[in-house]
Amino acid sequence: MRLFILFLLWPALLLAQPALPVTEVAPGIFVHFARQEFPNPHNHDHIANIGFIVGQRCVAVIDTGGSPLQGQALKKAIENTTDKPVCYVINTHVHPDHIYGNRVFKQPGVKFIGHYRLSRAMAARAPFDIDRAKAQWDVELRAEDIVPPDFNIHKQMRIDLGQRYLLLTAHPTAHTDNDLSIWDEKTNTAWLADLLFIDHIPTLDGSLKGWLNEISKLEKQTYRFVVPGHGPLATDWPQAIQPEKRYLQILLTEIREQIKQGKYLEDAVKTVGLSEKPHWQLFDAYHQRNVMSAFAELEWEDE
Amino acid sequence: MKKRPTFIFLLLLPLVTLAAKDELRWENEIKPQYFADKVIKESDLLAIEAPYRAEDPALVPVKIISKIPQTPERYIKKMWVFVDKNPYPFVGEFTFFPETGKADLAMRIRVNTYSYVRAIAEMNNGDMLMTKKFVKASGGCSAPIGTDLDAAMKRLGKMKFRLKPEAKDGLAEAQLLISHPNITGMQMDQVTRFVRKPHFMDKLTVTYNGKPVLIAKTDIAISQDPNFRFYFIPKGQGELKAEFTDVHCESPTSRAVCESGKKYEKTQEINL
Repeated sequence: MRLFILFLLWPALLLAQPALPVTEVAPGIFVHFARQEFPNPHNHDHIANIGFIVGQRCVAVIDTGGSPLQGQALKKAIENTTDKPVCYVINTHVHPDHIYGNRVFKQPGVKFIGHYRLSRAMAARAPFDIDRAKAQWDVELRAEDIVPPDFNIHKQMRIDLGQRYLLLTAHPTAHTDNDLSIWDEKTNTAWLADLLFIDHIPTLDGSLKGWLNEISKLEKQTYRFVVPGHGPLATDWPQAIQPEKRYLQILLTEIREQIKQGKYLEDAVKTVGLSEKPHWQLFDAYHQRNVMSAFAELEWEDE
Repeated sequence: MKKRPTFIFLLLLPLVTLAAKDELRWENEIKPQYFADKVIKESDLLAIEAPYRAEDPALVPVKIISKIPQTPERYIKKMWVFVDKNPYPFVGEFTFFPETGKADLAMRIRVNTYSYVRAIAEMNNGDMLMTKKFVKASGGCSAPIGTDLDAAMKRLGKMKFRLKPEAKDGLAEAQLLISHPNITGMQMDQVTRFVRKPHFMDKLTVTYNGKPVLIAKTDIAISQDPNFRFYFIPKGQGELKAEFTDVHCESPTSRAVCESGKKYEKTQEINL
């Protein structure tokens, strides 16, 4: 009976969704800092840092969350903060905790922006994500939840929110093959999303060598504030990215050694990188997968 | 009447939970399609090594172990591997020979969801054996596809052998690495201009001194950059040769319309 009423009230509940808690980390930059958890049916994959940047003219949303429900809560937070309209939705990469609130923002006047390889990655993952969303995250996904970008960035693009310029950069393969970062000129804030993990173990779904290469470029910058995809705000750049760099370098060094010794992937997952365990949250959930992904990449590095 | 939705939901709950470990697809589809009138016995002469929880659904290391040596009198002739719940359950059909020495095979496969992985072997006398292992593939942010498609496309067709430096009990263990994106073609077409039809390795032949030691027919469940480990009986100086072809198909779940792709080969001199 109660369930049935809940079912009837569902559209109303969606509207009554409470606003997502956000923090203003720099003037006009609002971030929801997520708890560091593995995606599950209780947290509905609401595990990524998401937010928005407010200009004089309009608002850019940066990532929309793990479900339409979280997208709704983010929308509410924006409405509670400003009466300026949303003009851009920027997706930093394809992972489900960053893109599945997209549908909520789809309306005339809103342009979606992503890396030029984002729509390809969305298309490849969509059937799988739609299939598993209910069981793994207790989220209902449909075809309409897959909202590809209107603007595909190949290198860089500058957008104007009204006396506020954002520089968007499409990166070569690193965390994924479709990473996009945002730099706010006004406050010298970089929103690196999942190019930067703090406390939460980095998750590798692109290229280990590519990621280390991007880190070597990013750490030369002099950002004032940096927003990671997972973890707290960084105010001590480039110190904040050193643990991630160390972790990835240990993977690189130890896996190369394993390959040289003729070891197989199944052996490597049992030994590589274990010294890093005390330094990271969710180490057990993601580390072995990182080793496998890196191993499969490094097997071919001499080609 | 108003109670019905809850009522039905509660009735369905145990079914939903059980569904994860069922063998319906094997009983109703796979077995009738591939082994219509065969008698297949579950046997401990075969075993599957695979992680119970697969960290990465795109890359699940699986090893089929046979507990009998390959001799001309008694050997495993063929082996089939399936992932029951994959959109296209057939992983591969592998032919072995007495020259294989031992019909073990390690590979990396894609497992879409919680599913049995099963291996069926046909002995030279016609006996059919089977073993299975339940694998829970999930993995927070990952999907059963490759990570860097462009990199994989660039080196498509490259191959290399890696061998253990010494033979053990008269057997040499070889690893064959093949660079191929093995594109599944599973995608939501309306989202993208980059429609990728299934494009995968369909046949592999490995010979030692001109005699076959492994022949494989494979499909989209093989991971990006296919990787196999197998045995053969070494005889000092010799030549290992691998040859594979790929194929383009119209549909991820049907092999009715396919077009042959290219042929690639690699040879390596060895002394074991």
